[in-house]
Amino acid sequence: MSLDHSDVEKIAHLARMALDESQIDAYAKDLSNILGLVEALEVADTDHVEPMAHPLHMAQRLRQDQVTETDHREENQSIAPSVETGLYLVPQVIE
Amino acid sequence: MHTKTIAELGAGLRAGEFSSVELTHHFLQRIERLEENLNSLVTVTPESALMAAEAADQQMKSGHADPLMGIPILQKDIFCTRGVKTSCGSRMLDNFISPYDATVTERLMQAGAVSLGKANMDEFAMGSSNETSYYGPVKNPWDTARVPGGSSGGSAAAVAARLAVAATGTDTGGSIRQPAALCGITGLKPTYGRVSRFGMIAFASSLDQAGPMTHSAEDAALMLQAMAGFDPKDSTSADEPVPDYSASLGDSLQGLRIGLPKEYFGEGLDPAVSASVESAIEVYRQLGAEVMEISLPNTGLAVPTYYVVAPAECSSNLSRFDGVRFGYRCENPHDLEDLYKRSRGEGFGPEVKRRIMIGTYALSAGYYDAYYLKAQKTRHLISDDFRKAFEKVDVIMGPTTPTTAFGLGEKMDDPVTMYLNDIYTIATNLAGLPGISLPVAPVNGLPVGLQIIGNYFAEAKLLNVAHRFQRESEWHRQMPVGFE
Amino acid sequence: MQWETVIGLEVHAQLATKSKIFSGASIAYGAEPNTQACIVDLGFPGVLPVLNEEAVNMALKFGLAVNAEIGERSIFARKNYFYPDLPKGYQISQFELPIVGKGALTIDLDDGVQKVIGITRAHLEEDAGKSLHEDFHGMTGIDLNRAGTPLLEIVSEPDMRSIKEAVAYARKIHQLVVYLGICDGNMQEGSFRVDANLSIRPMGQEPMGTRTELKNINSFRFLERALNYELERQIDLVESGGQVVQETRLYDADRDETRSMRSKEEANDYRYFPDPDLLPVEINPARLDAARQDMPELPDQKRARFESDFNLSADDAGKLTQSRPQADYFEATVEAGADSKMAANWVMVELGGALNKAGLELNNSPVSPQQLGGLLKRIADNTISGKIAKQVFEAIWKGEGDADSVIEARGLKQITDSGAIEAIIAEVIANNPKQVDQFRAGKEKLLGFFVGQVMKATQGKASPGEVNKILLGKLKG
Repeated sequence: MSLDHSDVEKIAHLARMALDESQIDAYAKDLSNILGLVEALEVADTDHVEPMAHPLHMAQRLRQDQVTETDHREENQSIAPSVETGLYLVPQVIE
Repeated sequence: MHTKTIAELGAGLRAGEFSSVELTHHFLQRIERLEENLNSLVTVTPESALMAAEAADQQMKSGHADPLMGIPILQKDIFCTRGVKTSCGSRMLDNFISPYDATVTERLMQAGAVSLGKANMDEFAMGSSNETSYYGPVKNPWDTARVPGGSSGGSAAAVAARLAVAATGTDTGGSIRQPAALCGITGLKPTYGRVSRFGMIAFASSLDQAGPMTHSAEDAALMLQAMAGFDPKDSTSADEPVPDYSASLGDSLQGLRIGLPKEYFGEGLDPAVSASVESAIEVYRQLGAEVMEISLPNTGLAVPTYYVVAPAECSSNLSRFDGVRFGYRCENPHDLEDLYKRSRGEGFGPEVKRRIMIGTYALSAGYYDAYYLKAQKTRHLISDDFRKAFEKVDVIMGPTTPTTAFGLGEKMDDPVTMYLNDIYTIATNLAGLPGISLPVAPVNGLPVGLQIIGNYFAEAKLLNVAHRFQRESEWHRQMPVGFE
Repeated sequence: MQWETVIGLEVHAQLATKSKIFSGASIAYGAEPNTQACIVDLGFPGVLPVLNEEAVNMALKFGLAVNAEIGERSIFARKNYFYPDLPKGYQISQFELPIVGKGALTIDLDDGVQKVIGITRAHLEEDAGKSLHEDFHGMTGIDLNRAGTPLLEIVSEPDMRSIKEAVAYARKIHQLVVYLGICDGNMQEGSFRVDANLSIRPMGQEPMGTRTELKNINSFRFLERALNYELERQIDLVESGGQVVQETRLYDADRDETRSMRSKEEANDYRYFPDPDLLPVEINPARLDAARQDMPELPDQKRARFESDFNLSADDAGKLTQSRPQADYFEATVEAGADSKMAANWVMVELGGALNKAGLELNNSPVSPQQLGGLLKRIADNTISGKIAKQVFEAIWKGEGDADSVIEARGLKQITDSGAIEAIIAEVIANNPKQVDQFRAGKEKLLGFFVGQVMKATQGKASPGEVNKILLGKLKG
């Protein structure tokens, strides 16, 4: 699988990452090479193989329904790029 | 003092031969003098280190004898440390002062370890040479024109250069073992779930695992003892009892069954590295072990599988870096999309971008089955290889890396060549198994690592097997020239 | 052309846990912005989700209530998209193996007809935060208190064929989740939200038409209105030669219209995949049994029991069990000694009316079921008449104490002593000779006049039955 300029633009948009226009072709080449490496998977016979999402065959541990957190807004927002009256600010969202 | 191990320094501290404050001063001075040659640290915290050392001295006076009490260590800059910058090697988090401590950080502090600062690393742990860091490449103390390996390259270089006694690392595809091998130290990646991932900035959640980077297996046992154990904040951490890792270090290896995967000794392996590894295996024969050839037939699928699974997970894990609540935000975004795209475009370096894009692509509509689902299945095949192997052998041995440390910049233009560096380490992450790398005979003055892979939760066995070798050899005590 | 309406609903019910689905932060409504958003909810680097057991149990109860298939394993997945109210850039939700599989719910329509609506699935997920669009110098403010609140998304089959059915289904789901105690059902606060998919097709045609999804509906009234508007819009569109476009449309209650949400129209590629931070959830028989044990009686069961145990009409039983608080209140009233039919009437009519007038909810009623039961007991044992009882009820409402003390204090006890009543009757007969003659001449309607006179003389306290009996004897005699 080989990716071209416009494929990379589409993927970068989906990932919300601005790429330097001049670098897009280099990314296309690198990503195509990586996909070339990945193509080795095609030959593997996986017809009767279960997908494996986790390395351990464990069940999920659950927690009890208890409120354990207290308000740390001030500390958490001290490193925020833009806040006002306790709200995080972003450019206007239009719906 | 810096030539000693945790075990030796701990004995000295407890005997009152020197204080933790003196020890900490000594390492801080070494950092001041030597660090500029290595670029192994992102942040040094002398004040809080000396305070912690003082507290440790007080505790020891009142009889506390935890093996890590007063021992100066470094934290890989992927572990959140409250009130201290936690950059993950990225411009994205260059301004991130964590409001909380990772569980690993907390446990090491509770054990009395003294943190000297935060170690440099590949950006978001993505790299095998420590050249993707926003803070510049780390240099290998054995030859500063060469890479230390990655992604825990800062930790490995600093421990090898004796800027700290030990360090923490994380390993997603070899990021503890590979730099440990290239820098001539001991590095252990525990079983997935053995050490809590809470507060460790995620790269690939189903592969990431924290572990110790030390001079000796004995020290690794002491570090792991403090780090390991179930954590209610990480529901993927294993609720398995933590054995006393030091207790079994001296166990006999008589009758130990060692498997050598023929796939790990084939094409691509530097013959000199191979010879060095084989001579180490000879030592094990002398110690009474039984050595046999085995096969891990799906080894060839490991790197391709990894480069679907890890990027897919990272593409999602790194979506939280959006310039809204913390981290880098671009100047004057003109709308929401601009805020996202420029913050992320400017905050992430090229390797991170590549992996996010590969992962985004592999999960996207129409490609999921061909890439992600397929890789989950090949992951199962790889895991099955090990399951079958461990029916026949107790441990698996082979080289940690195909070559010794390569030159800075040598592989930066070609990501795929760089990825193949992790060819022997990646499969254990996919399977979730523990692995350790320890120094064996160097090649042309450059360290070589022997990798030992164990069954699930067999860390005690790995440490025992590694320790017995280190009782017979001096490779782990060698010091790079200029850092004595 | 005759058009058939096809509707499917997606209900988001916020689960009534104490803490969030993946963190220990409180989900209480109305806190100062971002004071209930902990580092896990904020998606800080390095944090991990840990699933709230109660959210799982609540989802299981819902599954049991709709007789759904419940698998042994359930998987959490990430739904990836960027939005400022979504801190991690993905929502933890479920895709394959949701906790609740196929089920069904029977709805009751006006004419006593019942219809079974299929439930496709119900899955657990985390709620997003809120964007506040008041102007912060051209910026939007983000409050993440709601982020991480547990949601159960209940997806129906497109089985509804009219707006009435859709509203009945939504109401039934609402009733069910409130009954189960898994959701507070508060639609104004957004605890219960409905998205509707609507399409039309020519009557008799098999293939489905193109559907639109309606969002932002926060009351049953608006659901009805939004569907009405959208149905007409689609019919007009198609009949004038246009085509329905598959899209999300926002219901604007102020203008009573739906409009396209162009900002969300960009083709989404959510890149679902199993969340590597969350292992599969095992639903073992013990957990399922515990949920079953913990199930309250469901509305339909309760209605049947009310009909048989309390001798109520189907209609009364249905109305009483409409809400669990009302059904509970009724039962407590009966338990306090009231006759069941009388209790049904009083709870629905007198108490219901008074609460309505005062704008109060049943759980804030100034009259307790014990007090009401005590009052009704006094009607049944003839201590007071039904008419006087209303007076006593008002006094209890105002806080003057329970029935017996009000009756005592105000001297409202019914005169049942026939001697005393006879004396009053004799007086009334003596004072109205003209009317007595007319009565005896056949004008029997005048009985009411005599009863009225007696009641007036006793201030309504005489037992009406007794008065009638004695009066008839005296007048005819």
